[in-house]
Amino acid sequence: MADQALDGAAPRPLLSLRNVNMTFGGVKALKNVSFEVLPGEVHCLAGENGSGKSTLIKVITGVYKPEAGAVIDYDGQSYSQMSPVTAQAGGIQVIWQDLALFPEMTVAENIAFQTVIGRWPRLVDYAEMRRIATNALQRLGVTLDVDLALHHFPIAQRQIVAIARALVGEAKLVFMDEPTASLTQSETDYLLDIVRNLSASGVAVVFVSHRLAEVLEISSRVTVLRDGALVGVYPTKGLTQSRITELMTGKTFDYSVLHRDLSTSPVMLKVKGLSRPGEFEDVSLTVRRGETLGITGLLGAGRTELALTLFGMRKPKSGSVVLDGKPVRFGSNRDAIAAGVAYLSEDRLSLGLIQPQAIADNMVIASLDKILSGGFISSDRKRSLVNRWIRDLGVRIGKQDDAVSTLSGGNQQRVAIAKWLATDPKLLILDAPTVGVDVGARAGIFDIISKLADSGLAIILISDEVPEVYFNADRVLHMAQGRIVGEYVPGATTLQAIEEAVYA
Amino acid sequence: MTVLIERARNALGPELAGPLAAFVAVMVVFGFAAPNFFSRATFGSVAFQLPELGLLTLAMLLPILTGGLNLAITFTANMAGLTLAWVLQSQGGVDAGFGAFVLGSVLAIAVGALSGLIMGLVIAYTKAHPILVSLSMMIFLRGLGEFLTRGGDVSGIPGFLAAIGYGSIFGIPVPLLIFIACVLIWHVLLTRMKLGFNTYMIGSNIEATRYSGINTRKVQVLVYTLSGAMCAVAGIIMLARFNSVRVGHGESYLLITVLACFLGGVNPFGGFGRVIPVFVALVVLQLLSSGLNLMGANQHLATAVWGILMITVMILRWLAGRLKFLNTNKG
Repeated sequence: MADQALDGAAPRPLLSLRNVNMTFGGVKALKNVSFEVLPGEVHCLAGENGSGKSTLIKVITGVYKPEAGAVIDYDGQSYSQMSPVTAQAGGIQVIWQDLALFPEMTVAENIAFQTVIGRWPRLVDYAEMRRIATNALQRLGVTLDVDLALHHFPIAQRQIVAIARALVGEAKLVFMDEPTASLTQSETDYLLDIVRNLSASGVAVVFVSHRLAEVLEISSRVTVLRDGALVGVYPTKGLTQSRITELMTGKTFDYSVLHRDLSTSPVMLKVKGLSRPGEFEDVSLTVRRGETLGITGLLGAGRTELALTLFGMRKPKSGSVVLDGKPVRFGSNRDAIAAGVAYLSEDRLSLGLIQPQAIADNMVIASLDKILSGGFISSDRKRSLVNRWIRDLGVRIGKQDDAVSTLSGGNQQRVAIAKWLATDPKLLILDAPTVGVDVGARAGIFDIISKLADSGLAIILISDEVPEVYFNADRVLHMAQGRIVGEYVPGATTLQAIEEAVYA
Repeated sequence: MTVLIERARNALGPELAGPLAAFVAVMVVFGFAAPNFFSRATFGSVAFQLPELGLLTLAMLLPILTGGLNLAITFTANMAGLTLAWVLQSQGGVDAGFGAFVLGSVLAIAVGALSGLIMGLVIAYTKAHPILVSLSMMIFLRGLGEFLTRGGDVSGIPGFLAAIGYGSIFGIPVPLLIFIACVLIWHVLLTRMKLGFNTYMIGSNIEATRYSGINTRKVQVLVYTLSGAMCAVAGIIMLARFNSVRVGHGESYLLITVLACFLGGVNPFGGFGRVIPVFVALVVLQLLSSGLNLMGANQHLATAVWGILMITVMILRWLAGRLKFLNTNKG
């Protein structure tokens, strides 16, 4: 496709937008954006949060009306604006991140309800629904039990159901919003295969993802947006992850491995033969003061379970943990926090922070004893503690009393880190600290992590993105099926070698 | 002017706006409609009726803030009242001394706290829904109380209890003083103490609170225990006012306490709500019913008007929310 696009005989685009402007309450969300998709192409739309990707999709699907002057050419017709009805009738479908499916209904019902409902005689024809659903799944090269309720299936297969539903609507152009955000690597590969099938059958797919590896793998062209403006359209051939990141953020990043000499640094954590049958087996590791130990591996490798055990929320069946020279056995995470262990949850939305509550309250919740004065919470102490962490970690907030949910992912993560630093930890376990954080803001998070290590904190950095641990940890452990199967020193081993071992 | 409003809003909190507006509205409407509204009699009747409903509302408030509910409040109050009445009876009935009253009150509060403790333990450890747990406790207490009293009144109370129920200190009725003291305790608990802080956090997200190193079970157990103890205070005041106890006294207050909390801006799903707005909301409800009384309206009509007020408040909040949404239309 990319080759065709470059030579003179380019096919007529399926969709072509020009001069698209959108303003919300004085803020320009889209500035003179143009966008083009060829028939059957897999096209990636890249950009940080707030760059205008979702707004653009909503203009194309008719949810938003662009300002006057916009030209939308779709499938041989020219419009100044779309409406949801024309978009749907023209075969434009969007698969949102939350999928908008009905978990309690069967696969067939989920796929076919739109076509079957409302037709005379307004009775549900289950045989017809089953036939429609099976056909749609066949087009994707998938077989699922269409009579089973959707909640029996893992996310990856629900994703497929959502795609199949789009196909029933005779889709010509499918938008997929962060389709792989909650998938494991093998599930992602499966999904990417489906997208290829879709493209081969003539359906154009616009892929929105911040996982750049996938973008490079699946798409033929990439359109990059930044701050509501078009940065450019690039053939995927010749692009690298770091190049896309630079285009998205407008900044250049320094990718180099850490070189800290920690051989004389005292050991902070020594774990020996730790096991929880079914979750992880015989895990041994050490972390020194000032060291960042990376742990990587696929989802389900037992990383989070190990972290929760070190944090006292699960009890090990066997093995020993020595923290700062003292053997420890935690009855709960309160014991672990008191001993100096902090754990930043991978699930910031539902476990890491209390989203509706104030920024200040979230920052002090784990260290309330430090702001007590005569048994009562001192609002002065609370304010000064919060101010200090806001300043030290560069958190950008409106008011201290605003809900955490009003902050961006990167700032939320800073609040979560502040919450744990306020407990004066000796060991900080960071479980997937960049999930849902913009590419540009990730660098800021890793900056903080690096400074914390330099100040003498022992850090365990867990991530399923190998480059993250490679460039931000002193050593990298590879976990698979509950066991540590490899140990690498970034620089001594190449990134490619570790990635091959992990994703194999 | 706007600075002043902003400052007042910060000091009082956004939840207070609704109840205060309702307060002003009630004062203005009855000030015109009932010529004798601004009289000692009105405020006397409010002052004496407010504490019973008010104390029970405080007992309801804490569980609601954790995202739960305590449906056993009225029968817990009855059981506590019975405990005090029996202690007084055993110590000579009408001739019982003040010491017996103190002992009986301590035991009554212990009984109330025990009822809360049991609910708290069951809710915290089995993760059963608070509505089901407290409903079971409510039915248990009602049955137990009716069995022990055989459905009748327990009376024979020494005369000095009337002084508590109807007496005044510096012109302020004693029940009102007790209620205000309890309001202040709850206010300090919720704004200045760890338990209060954790109560709000649990109400918003109990798992995230547990991950932050808070003993969420302990918080839940304490919340229901305190709720039970507050019911007991209400039960003691009710005994002093009615000069007797009967199981079922004050039963109609149960749902009114829930509504008073919501009128006071408490989030029905937990996590948000303050004591002072709830206090103002209670005053509004009581003024409304006293004002209607003065105008010669039927007592049942007053209850109906409470219902209409609540619905109006819900609609106004929705409207206010929509206005806010239009002002901050973001991209």
